[in-house]
Amino acid sequence: MSAEASAINMAARASLWLRPHRIVLILIALGLVLCAAFFMRWDWLPQYWEMGLIGIWRSLWILAVTCALGFALAVPLGLAQAGGPLWFAVPAKVFCTIIRGTPLLLQLWLLYYGLGSLFPQYPWIRESWLWPYLRQAWPYGVVALTFSFAGYEGEVMRGAFAGVPRGQLEAARAFGMSRWKIFRRIWLPQAFYRALPTLTGETVLQLKSTPLVATISVIDIFAVSSKVRQDTYLTYEPLLLLALIYMTITGILVFAFSRIEARIPVKIG
Amino acid sequence: MAPGWGGTLLVGLLHSIEIAVGATCLGLLIGTAGAFGKLYGGPVTRDLLAVYTTVVRAVPELVLILLLYYAGTDLINQVLAAVGYQRVDISGLAAGIFVLGFVQGAYSTEVIRGAILAIPQGQIEAARAFGMAPGLMLRRITLPAMLPFAIPGLANLWLIATKDTALLAVVGFFELTLATRQAAGVTKAYLIFYLAAGALYLALTLFSNLIIGRVEGWSRRGMPSVKEAR
Repeated sequence: MSAEASAINMAARASLWLRPHRIVLILIALGLVLCAAFFMRWDWLPQYWEMGLIGIWRSLWILAVTCALGFALAVPLGLAQAGGPLWFAVPAKVFCTIIRGTPLLLQLWLLYYGLGSLFPQYPWIRESWLWPYLRQAWPYGVVALTFSFAGYEGEVMRGAFAGVPRGQLEAARAFGMSRWKIFRRIWLPQAFYRALPTLTGETVLQLKSTPLVATISVIDIFAVSSKVRQDTYLTYEPLLLLALIYMTITGILVFAFSRIEARIPVKIG
Repeated sequence: MAPGWGGTLLVGLLHSIEIAVGATCLGLLIGTAGAFGKLYGGPVTRDLLAVYTTVVRAVPELVLILLLYYAGTDLINQVLAAVGYQRVDISGLAAGIFVLGFVQGAYSTEVIRGAILAIPQGQIEAARAFGMAPGLMLRRITLPAMLPFAIPGLANLWLIATKDTALLAVVGFFELTLATRQAAGVTKAYLIFYLAAGALYLALTLFSNLIIGRVEGWSRRGMPSVKEAR
């Protein structure tokens, strides 16, 4: 794009924001924000902001780890359902159905309170190297969120794997590629490009699921805001700030994914 | 399993279903109005609706539920106090339906807006050419014609609503998940009760899927089948 065209584009975008009714709405919104800033109590912020930053960091960390692990699990789940033998496809289908058919909160509590209450009965578990982890809350949260992401994304990947044109795979076979090479070079990349647009939505959904781990005593940003509410007896201020934080993270995620999507030259035939 | 706790779970399930049905109905009302506002409303209505759907879809349901639950009950009580009535305890059921319905409304606005846009334009033009009033056109043309496009999305929303009721356990509303937690806490049989509750939710989902399939077939009656087209 030439500099002139981009300048015209910028001007068009600016004039979109500067229409009279938009200016009025923006002014009203600014007024509301200023009201919130002046008439609500924010004197607790200096005391808690450090804790809040740690909470945000922990939420993001949980989001990244569970999305990565969940996607790694979703690929075999989708592959098994799209083209696997029956004894492989049926368990994958059952797993996805169960994960998608029950609330995440229940899965989380089932793992933490249900399974977690069973482990201490067995001495060999208590003596194993896993025990220090099993005594904490966060591994249960990570496992539950990973399974959840894998269940939903597995279904997406099934559709993506099944949607790759047969001719592509046949051509690869005609070239004498081994099955693993076909998967690595042809099937997985094309399926991934197809799944990419839904991946944005799934990641945002996953971000919105992370506060659930606060119910099993993991101190993420949601738990920090609950602590502020308990300590200061303020109802709205911490919650509004929390909503703003989540909105910011969502905005950044959507922007980042749109950048990645724009980079990949997709030509789905 | 102690006798009686199974009944508690079933009562919890009933409450969950009540809330999910109420929230979905409220969400559909908000969604239909919102979709028409987004498509045919003035510029201010459109911008406000865009803010509504964007904000609700960007903030976790748990945070929204807490915010709306406290803000909603607070607001009603302040209004009542200003008019001179006594404070009332808002029933958990009404609050739950309002909160989840508000969230569902944002999602169904987008689903219904997309479905209306998918209607062949000629049908709406034909209705206008016949001189139909907007209300009549909505009832006879737009709503029935958009249904086959909207039902898959709306069915998803219903399934999400049944599972989102579990979040109300966090604000202390007695539904299936909280009932399970209480039963498990008292009897110490954690795994059994959580598995039982999972089975109940799963049964609800599978049963819903069965009904949704029927409804989808009904809404597509008279349309060419996808299988035949291949």
